[in-house]
Amino acid sequence: MEISDLQNKKTNRRSFLKILGITGITAFSVSVLYPVFSFLRPPRQREVEVSSVSAGKIEDLKKENYKIVRFGNEPVIVIPADDKFIALSARCTHLDCTVQYLKDKNVIWCACHNGKYDLTGRNISGPPPRPLTKYKTIIKGDELLIAKNT
Amino acid sequence: MKNILLKLYGWLDERVQFEDLVKFLSKKYVPVHRHSVWYYFGGVSVFLFIIQVFTGILLLFYYKGSADLAYESIQFIMSQVQFGWLIRSIHAWSANLFIFSLFIHMFSVYFEKAYRKPREMTWLSGVIMFFLALFFGFSGYLLPWNQLAFFATKVGTDIAGAIPLVGEPIKIFLRGGSDVNGATLSRFFGFHVALLPGIFTILLGIHLILVQRQGMSEPLETEKSKKPLKKMPFFPNFFLRDLLLWLLVLNLLAVLAVFFPAELGLKADLFGSAPAGIKPEWYFLFMFQTLKYFPSHIFFFEGEVVGILLFGIAGLLWLLVPFWDRKSSRGERNLKINYMGLFAVIFIILLTSLGWLS
Repeated sequence: MEISDLQNKKTNRRSFLKILGITGITAFSVSVLYPVFSFLRPPRQREVEVSSVSAGKIEDLKKENYKIVRFGNEPVIVIPADDKFIALSARCTHLDCTVQYLKDKNVIWCACHNGKYDLTGRNISGPPPRPLTKYKTIIKGDELLIAKNT
Repeated sequence: MKNILLKLYGWLDERVQFEDLVKFLSKKYVPVHRHSVWYYFGGVSVFLFIIQVFTGILLLFYYKGSADLAYESIQFIMSQVQFGWLIRSIHAWSANLFIFSLFIHMFSVYFEKAYRKPREMTWLSGVIMFFLALFFGFSGYLLPWNQLAFFATKVGTDIAGAIPLVGEPIKIFLRGGSDVNGATLSRFFGFHVALLPGIFTILLGIHLILVQRQGMSEPLETEKSKKPLKKMPFFPNFFLRDLLLWLLVLNLLAVLAVFFPAELGLKADLFGSAPAGIKPEWYFLFMFQTLKYFPSHIFFFEGEVVGILLFGIAGLLWLLVPFWDRKSSRGERNLKINYMGLFAVIFIILLTSLGWLS
C-alpha cells in the first residue's frame, strides 16, 4: 500500500469519527433538551366549558355599583343600568388588568394605566387598543344569568 | 493563638499553594482622583447582594410558595416569628437600595467610559446583572401574593407578551399558563430563589475576576497625561474604607426597616378590580409612566408594542455601548455619549417623578 493511501485511510477514519462524534453529541443534546423544554411548557388544563353563569340575585345586583363575576376563567363586569344590565369582559385590552365601573363619571375605568371605556365597552380614552368583549344578559326569575355572545 | 493560625495556614499552604492566589488578590490598586468616590458603589452593591442572600435564606425557612399559603405565611413571618418583621423589611429595603446602588454604579461607569477597551466584558456582565436584578425585584414582588403584586405581574408579563413573534410563548412560560395564578407564583418562586441567584453568582464571579485581573479603570484625561497617577492599594487601604461605608449602609438599612417596615396589603383576589392608584416599584415607574402617554395606536401598531420595542432597542444599545463607542476605546473624548447618558438620566428622573406624583 502507498503512503498516500495510508494517509487517506487515516483522514477517512478521522472524518468518520468526527461525524460520529458530532452526531452523538447532537443526539444527546436533543434527547436531554427536548424533555426539559417540554417540561417547561405548562400542560393545557381542561378549561371548564361554561355556557352561562349566574351573576346573582337581581335585587342584590341593583344595590351595587358593579360586580365582577367569574365566567370560567374570565372575569366579567356586571353593571346595573336603568332596568337592564350590562355585562362585559372585565379584562382590560391594554395589559390584562381588571377594570372597574366609576358610577359618578359613568365610565368603565382601568386603574393600571388610566384606560377608559363607555358602557357599550368601546375604548374611549387612554391606551386600550380594543373594546371590551360583550356578554349576553338573561333575566331568569329573580336571577341574572350571563352567557357568551354567539 | 497566632501560632495555631499560622500553623493552620502553613498546613493548608503546603497542600494547595496559596502563594499565587494571595499574589493575585493583593496586586490591585485604586486610582485616586476627583471621581474616586464612584468606585465605592460596586462594593456597596456586592454588600447589599450578600445581605439579600443572607436574609433571603432566613425567609425561606418560613415562607410557603403556594397561592393558598404564601400570603398567610408572610403574615405569620410579620406577626409571629421573632424578628420576622425585621428580616423581611431588611430584605425588601435592601432590594431597593441594591437596585439604586446598581443604577449609580452603572451610570458612573458609563460616564467615566470605563467600559472602553479592554473592559467590554466587565460592562456586559454588569449590565446583564443589572437586568437580572430587575427580574429579581419583579419576581420577588409577587411572592407575598397581594393585590398590588398580582396586578403588577399581570401587567409585566402581558408586556412581555406584546413582543412580536416570541412574546406569546414567553408570556406562557413566565405565567405557567395563559393567566396569572398559583402556577405563576410557583414559577416566580423558582426564578427568585434558585435560577436567578445561580446565574447572578456566576456572573458576579466573572465580573469580580475581570476587575481583579485588569485593575481599576482610570479616567480618560489622567490616562492620557504623562503625570503618574496617585494610587492607593486596594488591600487594606481601600478595603477598610469600603468596610466603613458598608457599616453606614447597614445602619441606613436598619433605620429604614425599623421606621418603615415592609407592608403586606390585601391578599390577591383573582376576580377583583385593579385598585385605584396602583403603581409598580419605583425602578419600573419611568417605563410604566411612559407607556401611559402612548396612544392606543401609532400608525398600524398598538401603542404598547411601539413603546416596548423602543425600550427594548434602548436597552440593547445600552448593553452594547462599548462596541459602538469606538472613540472612547481609542482614547478620544466622545461628548455624544455624555449627552445620551444625560438624556437617559433626565428622562428616568423626570418620568419617575411624574409617575410618583400622579
